[in-house]
Amino acid sequence: MSDLPLKDPFPVDPIADGEPRPGKVRNPIGWSTIMLAALVAVSAGLVYRRDGVSGLTETLFHDMSLFGGILPRVLAGCLLGAFTAELLPHDKVSKSLGPKSGLKGLLIATAFGAILPGGPFTAYPVASALLAVGADFGATIAMVVSWTLIGYGRAVAWELPIMGTDFTLWRIVISLPLPLIAGAFGRFVYGRLDRDRPR
Amino acid sequence: MSASLLIDIILWASVAALGFMAWQRGRPVLVTSVREGTMDFIHIVPRIALGVIGSGYIAAIIPAEFIIGALGPSSGWLGVLTAVVAGAATPGGPVIGFSICAVALKAGGGTPQVLAYVVAWALFAFQRLVLWEIPFMPAKFVWFRAAVSLPLPFIAAAIAMAVGKP
Repeated sequence: MSDLPLKDPFPVDPIADGEPRPGKVRNPIGWSTIMLAALVAVSAGLVYRRDGVSGLTETLFHDMSLFGGILPRVLAGCLLGAFTAELLPHDKVSKSLGPKSGLKGLLIATAFGAILPGGPFTAYPVASALLAVGADFGATIAMVVSWTLIGYGRAVAWELPIMGTDFTLWRIVISLPLPLIAGAFGRFVYGRLDRDRPR
Repeated sequence: MSASLLIDIILWASVAALGFMAWQRGRPVLVTSVREGTMDFIHIVPRIALGVIGSGYIAAIIPAEFIIGALGPSSGWLGVLTAVVAGAATPGGPVIGFSICAVALKAGGGTPQVLAYVVAWALFAFQRLVLWEIPFMPAKFVWFRAAVSLPLPFIAAAIAMAVGKP
């Protein structure tokens, strides 16, 4: 984990070539990948013991087709994130979504998360871009939580057909205040942590 | 199926719109961001291959009956707590969590408990955190986000208990 202070302003030069965006981590193999690989290996072993080779291959083919379907969307998400980082004006974002943006900033972030198209392949690259151009942890948390709980992508494609309209709408209405609560709580705690940190 | 097609159309239309805006700022802006986005994509693909192709195996060994049994209507706050832990342990991906919920509701599960399970699964599914969130976001942010979201499924269950069933 890098100790780059994410909130510090940095010069924005959209045409700076070859420079990775600040706050950006590109490490395809980390401890989390290794843990995930171990978890997958153990699960695959258990499936093999229970269902034999046919169980292994059946799941593999099903998930390969899922993977093939997801790939273009991942590319779209990465492009959205990159465009967002280039296009959003740093000063305006830090004003409207920065640490001093208040309840209004959290509301903007919540609304943004709710209307953001796509799945995790869009939400996280765009959230990362927001952090890089001056949004604080609180607003970004509100945005991620709002995308997770209120966003229509997963609700329309998966929750409605499986859970039905009544449950889905009921769940979304109950979830409405949650991004604001998480964002405000996050901003409060992070503000304290940040102030206490020796400089 | 049409819903997922619609989402694809909205997604690529947004990419095209932002790409056009970048192009208006000048060709170098467009070229730089397309290159950045493509590099992100190339770096992320191995992890996503592992996670998506592997999640089927994790899903296959999830003790669904146990989870469904734990979400009974008389299970109270202990049931909510169990739901939160089970939700975090259920692998991500769009289908598994909802399927377990649908069966739990049909089997007479309590709605606050089922709601807590969905919310916890959406917020903390460990496999989704590791597969999607960590590669794209600073790790410090991800853990902080998960920590401050911890009360949310409990708050959702409390609201559900107050307002009643759908």
